[in-house]
Amino acid sequence: MSVIAPDFRLSGFIRSILDNAFWALLLANLVGIPAIMMVLFYIEMPVINGELLTPFLAFTWLADPSRILPIVHAFMATDLFRVMAFPGFGFAALIAAGTIFVERKLLAKLQLRVGPFYCGKIEGILQLMGDGLKLISKEIIIPAKADKPIFWVAPVIFVATAAAFVALIPVAPGWVVADVDLGLIAVFAVIGFFPIITILSAWSANSKFPFIGGIRALFQMVSFEIPLILSLLGVVILTGTLNLSEIAASQSVFPWIIFLPVGAVVFFTTMLAELERIPFDLPEAESEIVAGWLTEFSGMMYGLVQLGTYLKLYAFAALFVVLFLGGWHGPMVVPPFPEEILTEGIVMGPVTAKIPGLPLFTQEMLNGTLWFVLKTVGVIFFILLPRGVFPRIRIDMLLNLGWSKLIGLAFVNIFIALGLLYAGVLGPGGMLPQ
Amino acid sequence: MITTATTDTPTATTAAAPPAPAAAAAASAAPELPPGLALQKVDERIMTLNVGPQHPGSGHMRIIVQIDGDHIVACDPDPGYVHRGEEKMAEYRNYITNIPHLERPVIHDSCNILYPYVLGVEELLGIETPERAKYVRVIAAELNRCIYTMYWLAIYGIFLGHSTMFMWPAGDRELLIDLMEKMTGARVTHAHFVPGGVRNDLPPNFEDVCLRQVNYFEKRIKEYADIFYDNPILISRTRETGVLSRQDAIRLGTTGSVLRASGVDYDVRKKEPYDVYDELDVNTNVMTAGDSYARSRVPWLDMMESCNIIRSALEKIPKSGSVRVKLKPNPKGGNDTVYKRVESGRGALGCYIVSDGKPEPYRVKMSVGSFRNLIALPYLLKGEKLGNMPAVYWSLNYWPVEADR
Repeated sequence: MSVIAPDFRLSGFIRSILDNAFWALLLANLVGIPAIMMVLFYIEMPVINGELLTPFLAFTWLADPSRILPIVHAFMATDLFRVMAFPGFGFAALIAAGTIFVERKLLAKLQLRVGPFYCGKIEGILQLMGDGLKLISKEIIIPAKADKPIFWVAPVIFVATAAAFVALIPVAPGWVVADVDLGLIAVFAVIGFFPIITILSAWSANSKFPFIGGIRALFQMVSFEIPLILSLLGVVILTGTLNLSEIAASQSVFPWIIFLPVGAVVFFTTMLAELERIPFDLPEAESEIVAGWLTEFSGMMYGLVQLGTYLKLYAFAALFVVLFLGGWHGPMVVPPFPEEILTEGIVMGPVTAKIPGLPLFTQEMLNGTLWFVLKTVGVIFFILLPRGVFPRIRIDMLLNLGWSKLIGLAFVNIFIALGLLYAGVLGPGGMLPQ
Repeated sequence: MITTATTDTPTATTAAAPPAPAAAAAASAAPELPPGLALQKVDERIMTLNVGPQHPGSGHMRIIVQIDGDHIVACDPDPGYVHRGEEKMAEYRNYITNIPHLERPVIHDSCNILYPYVLGVEELLGIETPERAKYVRVIAAELNRCIYTMYWLAIYGIFLGHSTMFMWPAGDRELLIDLMEKMTGARVTHAHFVPGGVRNDLPPNFEDVCLRQVNYFEKRIKEYADIFYDNPILISRTRETGVLSRQDAIRLGTTGSVLRASGVDYDVRKKEPYDVYDELDVNTNVMTAGDSYARSRVPWLDMMESCNIIRSALEKIPKSGSVRVKLKPNPKGGNDTVYKRVESGRGALGCYIVSDGKPEPYRVKMSVGSFRNLIALPYLLKGEKLGNMPAVYWSLNYWPVEADR
């Protein structure tokens, strides 16, 4: 096999980064400065502490950490930051975008091809942006006989539900959007929404292929929710709590996958089915029913469904990490914050800058996030891998697997958990520490 | 479903009082239809799906599938979307200028689809082909069979949702396409066979390159067993789906790999050897199950057999000699008919040529394996699940463009 792609060269890599940076700076100057000046023309400058806040002064303040850091601190304490940025939507969307790129490159390597290569110059990292621009610029076509309000709103609800799922995931100690005591029940409730959205969108399209796809998705998701819920009961029995943060915190010594491997396998399999990944991608089987329940979506509506799908993928992988792989626990690898920055300041040439309130994040939080992200990426890798290896299975085989095999294994898992609990090995007051 | 056209302009009064007598009268009266057409009563549970002509799982054709839930109750293949009138076009061109367009139906298998025509024209014109040309033809035909089968296998992979099996054969096919490019100058649509031999002699050093590439190719396709043919999900999906028994395979007139997968040991290369196939050692691969798995496995085994044939042909080929007989310009055939058959990638491929003493053939009729295998589709799909439709349909080794000609 000949290799089409040229060899990787460091000089080319650096040159492409500089090239991109040059164009970004040039565009920012060409577009940004005139825009700012046009806006400032109409705005009356505020007077703060007796001095007129000119744009120049504002920029100077932006560069002054002693003024900007308290604002950042205050913003990070708000719920808005948690929902929008870190444990919430922004963080999840970043991982989802990375997942799409890694999936394409990983499959390409498996299949002896290059994958996205040209867009963004460096191994096609801007391919996703290009696809997004394409989807935004495409026309949204609504079928003439569709039930328009439901058809319009279905992708939006899909993304919203996926984001609600993301909100329940604790990323680091104390870093969770919604810390509910019945967190696992809330997860089941959110998962229960997906088949409803799917069947609503499929039915409202008023078309044959989406309808068949929607019915398949309904069958698949509803029948796999039962083993999904049952497989998680073992963890609940051993921890005695439904709070996801407490479940993650209970695995400081060992993760539950050591004692409940059967439950982990069942949960992983049902996860693949809930996510409609190959080999369980029957609702989108393109050679049978075009694109299943996604057939009539076009333009950014399709883009929204894809975004929701990958958010859901991240959320499921993160749930697996929280429940079975110990969440944020891991050896401390992040170095402690250098205290002398606070006491003595940073020496930058002739200037010694003292920056109060600098540790934006604690050491535990950074370490926890690092381990959480590493484990999640590992689980996502194993979710992506079957796509290169397996063909699609049939609906009767799928239902047979879900109803007879996985439910049985889930019960086996519950019995293992109960045995460990009553033998006094694990659980509250058990021999092994938690 | 019977729908009776009622009044198109409902007013407030008619909406308030439903026109029951009028509707009953309209329903009782026999609807006036053009002669030859009849209304069909269809169960309300049954949904009609048009799979194709624009569908990722159809190819250039339409399969009208009627499903009850997930089960197919009836299936009506509807080919003809890529009809090009090749046979009619052949009546307006002379025997030599027919060659480039007659290969268009299967551009991946263009040597094999030209083979019976060329053999027939040689018999009509009374041309004796040189020995070396016959070997070159056999090598080209076997390479083309592999190229076609790899393309077919790639599509079979993606029809079952196995994207790796789509990319691997499509990539490994390049090996043989490079060989064909060296031999004929074109990657597809070679137009290499002519009455009286082949267009060009082999390039220098071709035998070594060919042997090396074919050996690597065989090693490569043996790896497909690991990821595709031994895959438990694939086996459970295709085993015992669309079973075609031995009697049915014979009665429906299927050919090629479909027939051999049902347990009939029939191969034109072996039963009626043409050119030098009688001097080469041709083994046929026969499986008795007759299901989709057997039908998908037989072409893969045939590819390995093709590699063997190519190797033995490379050994026995005369090292020198002419590969083409010089023909008169615009040759004329006598008042004669001729029928020649070869084994193509999709089964027996026949060509019937009627000559009336003019430079153009009076009639050229091609009997292709694709169309004869397609006839089995409604029988195989009846009662199957909808998810089995791509697995059964593409296992029939059907090429829509060839069937329409």
